[in-house]
Amino acid sequence: MMKIDRAAQESRMAHFARRKRFNQIALTLALGAMLFGMFWLAWILWETLRLGFEALSISFLTETTPPPNEPPGAGGLANAIWGSLVMVALATCIGAPVGVLSGIYLAEYNPRGTLAVTVRFVNDLLLSAPSIIVGLFVYAVMVVRMREFSGWAGAVALALIVIPVVIRTTENMLALIPAGLREAAYALGAPKWKIILQITLAAARAGVITGVLLAVARISGETAPLLFTALNNQFWSSGLSGPTANLPVTILQFAMSPYENWQHLAWGGVFLITLIVLGLNVLARTLSRGTTS
Amino acid sequence: MSMSQRNILPVDMAEPDTVREQDAVRDEAADASPVKLSVQNLNFYYGKYRALKNISLDIPANRVTAFIGPSGCGKSTLLRTFNRMFELYPEQRAEGRILLDGEDLLASGQDVALIRARVGMVFQKPTPFPMSIFDNIAFGVKLFETLSRIDMEERVEWALKKAALWDEVKDKLQQSGASLSGGQQQRLCIARGIAIRPEILLLDEPCSALDPISTARIEELIAEFKADYTVIIVTHNMQQAARVSDYTAYMYLGDLIEFGETEQMFFKPGRQETEDYITGRFG
Repeated sequence: MMKIDRAAQESRMAHFARRKRFNQIALTLALGAMLFGMFWLAWILWETLRLGFEALSISFLTETTPPPNEPPGAGGLANAIWGSLVMVALATCIGAPVGVLSGIYLAEYNPRGTLAVTVRFVNDLLLSAPSIIVGLFVYAVMVVRMREFSGWAGAVALALIVIPVVIRTTENMLALIPAGLREAAYALGAPKWKIILQITLAAARAGVITGVLLAVARISGETAPLLFTALNNQFWSSGLSGPTANLPVTILQFAMSPYENWQHLAWGGVFLITLIVLGLNVLARTLSRGTTS
Repeated sequence: MSMSQRNILPVDMAEPDTVREQDAVRDEAADASPVKLSVQNLNFYYGKYRALKNISLDIPANRVTAFIGPSGCGKSTLLRTFNRMFELYPEQRAEGRILLDGEDLLASGQDVALIRARVGMVFQKPTPFPMSIFDNIAFGVKLFETLSRIDMEERVEWALKKAALWDEVKDKLQQSGASLSGGQQQRLCIARGIAIRPEILLLDEPCSALDPISTARIEELIAEFKADYTVIIVTHNMQQAARVSDYTAYMYLGDLIEFGETEQMFFKPGRQETEDYITGRFG
């Protein structure tokens, strides 16, 4: 038998009422903040869709950038799309392996050693460094020496942005793998490299791939590193030597221009990049949700 | 703790006593079994902290030996020296000798991988690898043997049957090990351990994350394993120690307080501390 006296019960009810009020206020604030953020995001998506959609046509994907003052519908961004694709792919092929291997070192080999601590610190700096610095750096070490702007330099600049993102996500994902899993593999007499490849990396696979995809999403919209490296090109380029057309710089150039047909194409490019980034993020989300148990 | 302090600890003085008692027990036992693992003057350090103090005991072959004691008494630490698991952590260090069939496991010339092939281990939490049920077992086997596809299939089936899991998984060997229930996962880990055909099986609280039915199944397995392996189990659960083991060692604060036949330990322990712990009078 339990009997709560009246005073205790009243004080409890008063507490409860206050807690409920406070909860409602907090909930309202949180909802408001969320709606405020979502509002701008939805507006950005809507505007890119509205203004970019009318530029989309077959020629948008198949023809190269037109001269100014052509009638609307003439020409497209094929050279810029292709240039961006090649440079992003190359940057990912350079940056992702370096990033994954470095992340493995940081997480699996002596994570508290001096080298690891230094690398982690420098990597954090790189991660938050403005991308224009990366562009200028590659300009100084590659473009100046080779005496020309090139797609190669653009790919290297993008790779330098991929590396810190992938290092960070790989290390974090490997650190989430419980120590018990590693110990169980060691207890069977397995060598370290086999444990990393077949067990810890396999267990963290979804997270590591997600990190790479997010890095790809990040560089597919980067403009600053390409301004000083790949520059831009009106025409179709067959290789990566010489100035190479790419989406972000073309958008910058066309959007700033006074010509109406260029402005339309710029909006089309913005819409395309938004779609790609959105798609990559959705893919990364589904992957990380699908396989981690 | 300095050297001089360590030497005047009264617990060290108790050590010869314990050894004598345990020898006496051995002499009485009619079915005395040869010694499989002989621990001699083992000290263990986590950095400067001394976690095991001059442990000496002989673990008989083809018997189940249980280590009991309150949390932090060093029983898991001791178990982790038997396959040199502690070496994964650079600040941990063992001194003394652990003879497996007369060979010192702690000697520097020993190959750790080969020791772990002879001394298997199952952990507290089930740890299926991120691969299929079949590959979970084949992974360990492949480290030491090159088998044909058919031989490997036979080995996997044998190990799963030994761990009483075959009937539940034979139709889904290609499914992920993580798709099994907790009790099944733990039996998968046991199968994985015995598939590489060890001589000793170390079980570190193998049932503490499992429900009573799964626990009962694993206890049955332990009883069966005696015929082929020397089983060493660490458990928090005294009833479990009483149920499954032939020999029991009681540890407290890094000391081996008493070691003897399980029946004797539970019915007329030689030392007051053991009796207090077993009867629950321990603080």
